[in-house]
Amino acid sequence: MPTDDRTLTREQVLDAYRTVLRARTLDDRRFVLNRAGKLAFIISPRGHEVAQVAAITALQPGGDRFCLYYRNFAAALACGFTPEELMLSAFARAADPSSGGRQTPGNFGSRRRGVIIGSSTVGPQIPKAAGIGLALKWKAEGALCYVSFGEGATSQGDFHEGLNFAAIHRCPVIFFCENNRWAISVPQPLQVAGPGVAERAAGYGIPGVRVHGDDFFAVHAAVRQAAERARAGDGPSLIEAEVLRLQSHSTDDDQRAYRDAVELAAEAARDPIPRMREALMQRGWLTAEADASLREEVNRDVERATESAEAAADPEPGSLGRHVYADA
Amino acid sequence: MRMPERNLVQAVRDALYEEMERDDRVCILGEDVGRKGGVFKATEGLQQRFGPQRVLDTPLAESSIAAVAQGLALEGFLAVAEMQFADYSFPAFNQIVNEIAKVRYRSNGDFACPLVIRAPTGGGVRGALYHSQSPEAFYCHVPGLKVVLPSTPADAKGLLKAAIRDPDPVIFLEPKKLYRAERQEVGDGEAAVLPMGVASLVRPGTDLTAVTYGYMRAVTVQAASRLSADGIEVEIIDLRTLRPWDVESCIRSIEKTGRVAVVYEANRTGGFGAEVAAELAERCFASLDAPVSRIASPDVPAMPFSPPLEHAFMLNPDKVADGLRRVARY
Repeated sequence: MPTDDRTLTREQVLDAYRTVLRARTLDDRRFVLNRAGKLAFIISPRGHEVAQVAAITALQPGGDRFCLYYRNFAAALACGFTPEELMLSAFARAADPSSGGRQTPGNFGSRRRGVIIGSSTVGPQIPKAAGIGLALKWKAEGALCYVSFGEGATSQGDFHEGLNFAAIHRCPVIFFCENNRWAISVPQPLQVAGPGVAERAAGYGIPGVRVHGDDFFAVHAAVRQAAERARAGDGPSLIEAEVLRLQSHSTDDDQRAYRDAVELAAEAARDPIPRMREALMQRGWLTAEADASLREEVNRDVERATESAEAAADPEPGSLGRHVYADA
Repeated sequence: MRMPERNLVQAVRDALYEEMERDDRVCILGEDVGRKGGVFKATEGLQQRFGPQRVLDTPLAESSIAAVAQGLALEGFLAVAEMQFADYSFPAFNQIVNEIAKVRYRSNGDFACPLVIRAPTGGGVRGALYHSQSPEAFYCHVPGLKVVLPSTPADAKGLLKAAIRDPDPVIFLEPKKLYRAERQEVGDGEAAVLPMGVASLVRPGTDLTAVTYGYMRAVTVQAASRLSADGIEVEIIDLRTLRPWDVESCIRSIEKTGRVAVVYEANRTGGFGAEVAAELAERCFASLDAPVSRIASPDVPAMPFSPPLEHAFMLNPDKVADGLRRVARY
C-alpha cells in the first residue's frame, strides 16, 4: 500500500490535522455541555477522527456526494461544516444548517456541499448511495458518491442490496465501513461472520480492502485508489477502516458497563491523534511549537463557536408544520 | 374527435409513455419492468422505446428499488419505481416511511424527494394472501407522502401524470382487478392531467352518501342501482386521492343527504375508511341523521386462495347494498 506522501502536500495534511483537532476539541466540549445538562444527546467520533478526515481529504467536497452516518462528526467538518454550524446542530438551534434543529446532531445534510441529509436508522444510506451513484454515472461529470457506516450496519439487508446494486451497475460509489468492533454493546464476533467486512466485497466482484484507521496516509491511499477506480468508470469499492471507539456509543450509553476495563485502557493509549501528530513531526511538517499554537487556535475557534451557537435562536414553534410538503 | 379507448393498465402505460416523452428526467425502475414490460404489462414497450437506462430492470430487492429511486430523485431525476405487488412494498417500508417521506422535513426544506412508487393493489383475482392486500392505510398515515388510488382509466392516467409532476413523493396504487375490467375514452397530453386531492362525483343521489375509492367504486355503483329499485338514491363519491383527500366534497354531500357510509376493500380496523369516517363524524355531526358507517372487509390477515373463502372475504354488491340499506333505514 503506498503511503500517499507524493499525492499530498504539507498544507493539505496540516489542514486535515487541524480538522481532526477541531473534531476532538468540539466533541470534548459537547460532552461537557451534555453533562452540564445543556446538550440533550450527542454521538462521539472519538477514535474515528483520523480515518474520517483522511477519507474525505482524498475526495472533492463540493463536487462529490457524501452520505454520512451519525458518527461522522469529523467527516462533516472535512466536508466543510464549520464548528459553529455543528454546535448549532448540537444545541438544536434554528440556524442548524442540516435540519434547523429537527434532527439529533449527527444527521448531517447540506445540498450545496453535496452532503446528503442523513437519518437515524442504520444502513438505509447504503442503497441510497447506489442510486445517487447511478445518477452520477448517467450525468458523467466525474463525481462519485461516498457512503460511510459502522460494522453494525453491515448486518442490515440494505448493506447487501446497496453493494449488489452498485456492483451490477458499476456505480461510482465508495463504501467506507468504520469498524470499531462494537455496535453499542454487541461485539464484532456477534455481528459479523467471517474474518471481517472487507472480504464480503469478493461476493460482489468488487475490490475490498482493510486499512488501519489510525494511519492517515494508509486510509487516504485506499480512498484515493477507490476514487480513481470510480471516476474511471470501473465501479464501486469497499473499504474497511479498523478504528477504535474511544467513547461510549452515545451520551446515553456507558461502555464501561459491558467492556473490559483493561481493554478500554489499552485502546485509550492507542488514540490515533497523537500518532498522526508524530507522523507529521517525523516528516518535519509540524513542530511542537506549531502544534501548540494550532491547538490554541482550535480552542479559540471552539470557544467562539460554542458561545455563538448557545446564544442563537431556537426554532419558532409555529414552524413545526413547515416543509412537510412543497407547498407548506 | 373521438379519443382512443383504453383500459386502466393501458392508461397507466400511456401516462408513463407521455411523461417520458415530455421530460427526459423521467425514468422507470423495478422488477421485470424492462424486457418483459411488467408482470401486468404496465411498462410494455417502454424499454424498447426509451432504452435500458431509462427503463431499468432492478435486482429482486424492494428496499433498494425505493432507495435507488430516492437517490435518483436527490440528483434531479424523476423516478417511477414499480413494486410488483403492493404486498411486496413492505421490505421497502423503512426506505419509504423513514427516508423518502421525511427527506424534505428532516432537512428543513434543503432537500426534496419527488418520485412515484407504483404498485398494483387489492384483491378479487385469486391472488391469495400475498397478491391481494390493500395496504393504503399504512402509507396514508405518513405525513410527507401523497397517496393516490384511482378507479378508472382516465383517472389513472390523469393522476399518474400529476404524480410524476408532483414535487413530493407519491404512492400510486392501482387496483389490479380493474386493470382490464373496463375501457373508456382517455385523453392525451396536458388535457389528460388531473389535480390530486379532488374527488369525483360518480352518481348523484339524495338519500345517502357513499364515500369510496378503488375497486369498491364499481361495487358500490352496482349496489346503488339495487337500492334505487327500492326508491333509495345513493350519492357516490370516489375519493381518487387518499392523501390529501377531498373532505369538503364529502361534507357538501352529507349536508344534502344526512347519511354516510364509507366503503373500502381493506380490513375494517384502522383502514383508511376509518379515518374518513372519523373525520366526517367530527365535521358533519349536526348534519347527520344516522351514525357514520363503515362497510369494509373482515379483520382476517389477508385474502385466502380458495374461491369460497375469497368470496367470503371480498365485498360484493350484495354486501354493500345491505350495508347501505342499514344506513338508509336507520
